[in-house]
Amino acid sequence: MEDGKVFQLEVVTPMRYFYTGPVTMVEFTTTEGDIGVLPGHIPLTCIAAPGILRIHTEKEIHEAALMDGIVRIMPDGVTILAEACEWPDEIDIVRANEAKIRAERRLKKGSDNVNLTRAELALKRSLMRIELASHNKK
Amino acid sequence: MASMRDIKRRKGSITSTQQITKAMKLVSTVKLQHAKEKADSTKPYFDCMYETITGVLSKAGNINHPYLCAGKSKKKAILVITSNKGLAGGINSNIVKTVVNSGIPKEDAVIFAAGRKGKDALARAGYKIAADYSDAMNNVIFNDAADMGRDLLDGFARDEFGEIYLVYTRFKNTVSQSPVMMKLLPVEIETESGNTTDDLTLMNFEPEPEEALQLIIPKYIDSLIYGGLIESVASEHGARMQAMDSATSNAQDMIDDLTLKYNRARQATITQEITEIVAGASAIS
Repeated sequence: MEDGKVFQLEVVTPMRYFYTGPVTMVEFTTTEGDIGVLPGHIPLTCIAAPGILRIHTEKEIHEAALMDGIVRIMPDGVTILAEACEWPDEIDIVRANEAKIRAERRLKKGSDNVNLTRAELALKRSLMRIELASHNKK
Repeated sequence: MASMRDIKRRKGSITSTQQITKAMKLVSTVKLQHAKEKADSTKPYFDCMYETITGVLSKAGNINHPYLCAGKSKKKAILVITSNKGLAGGINSNIVKTVVNSGIPKEDAVIFAAGRKGKDALARAGYKIAADYSDAMNNVIFNDAADMGRDLLDGFARDEFGEIYLVYTRFKNTVSQSPVMMKLLPVEIETESGNTTDDLTLMNFEPEPEEALQLIIPKYIDSLIYGGLIESVASEHGARMQAMDSATSNAQDMIDDLTLKYNRARQATITQEITEIVAGASAIS
């Protein structure tokens, strides 16, 4: 393990330490778009949006579903404070599907603004869960 | 002196009470362990969250964000976290006392209650209960905290109340819990530590600090509420364990005392009987 090639990644949720260990790259979605972080990144705080979290270690790539959270990037490490984070095998696809249908219905009905944003977020989350789960099954 | 039968009956009743308190103590010991584990596993999240929020706020400087200044409304929302069940020593009444003595007049307080005990006590004291989340106390999950946080922030945004407080029981250790009242909104972060600002000056934000605040503060509030819920649950079990422990030992003291009295009474009866027999015998002869 050479210096400068890896950095420490910590993914923390209120429930548990989701992931901690040295990684070569990490990719995730922020409110501004997808970003990939390599070692030695400038200090940055950004807001994570629902999306797929890709953790590149020296040997393999792990994928996980990342819900909203806050990301703190420092040159020697990245800390992701996630409200929820799940490995593909932890995703309940039936529930995700139900959530998707519910969110779509709510969007179609279209009430006030707040509910619309919430439904949109819920839809995004469910779509991402479904995508990750189905694509890992193959 | 009470009769032997009375003492025996009383002893039996105390023994069965002792069995109940002993069992309750065991149950809360186990529950406390679970709650403590849960509290420990959430700790890193809050530490990171606190660091982040301090970083953002020290960077953001004197920006004028609604979450950073009190609303116009004179009313104050108080989220009161207590337990659903009693027999846990003084934790619930301490919380209620904290609210009553907080200096917030009854008319200006809007109570958001989590925990039936606090809700009932405050309603009796004449406070206005705006919402009740008591079900969340049975099994705390993050979504409950998020729901409460959203309701509180919605009310704040509609200017239904100008400040938000959180009252919960801080879990110091198994034998010591204390009620705490903290201000959630407007956010107040002590900026006395000057040395930390040096390395934070390098921090960049995406989106801009103002926008980031809009997104981060609700999460910060949620995590504080969640932390308060988790700690209150741990405190509840800790306090109940302690209360039941002293109840059990008090019962033991009473049983010991009664046993002594019982034996004395028994001895007195025997002595009396012998005296009577001897007296009867000597009267005949």
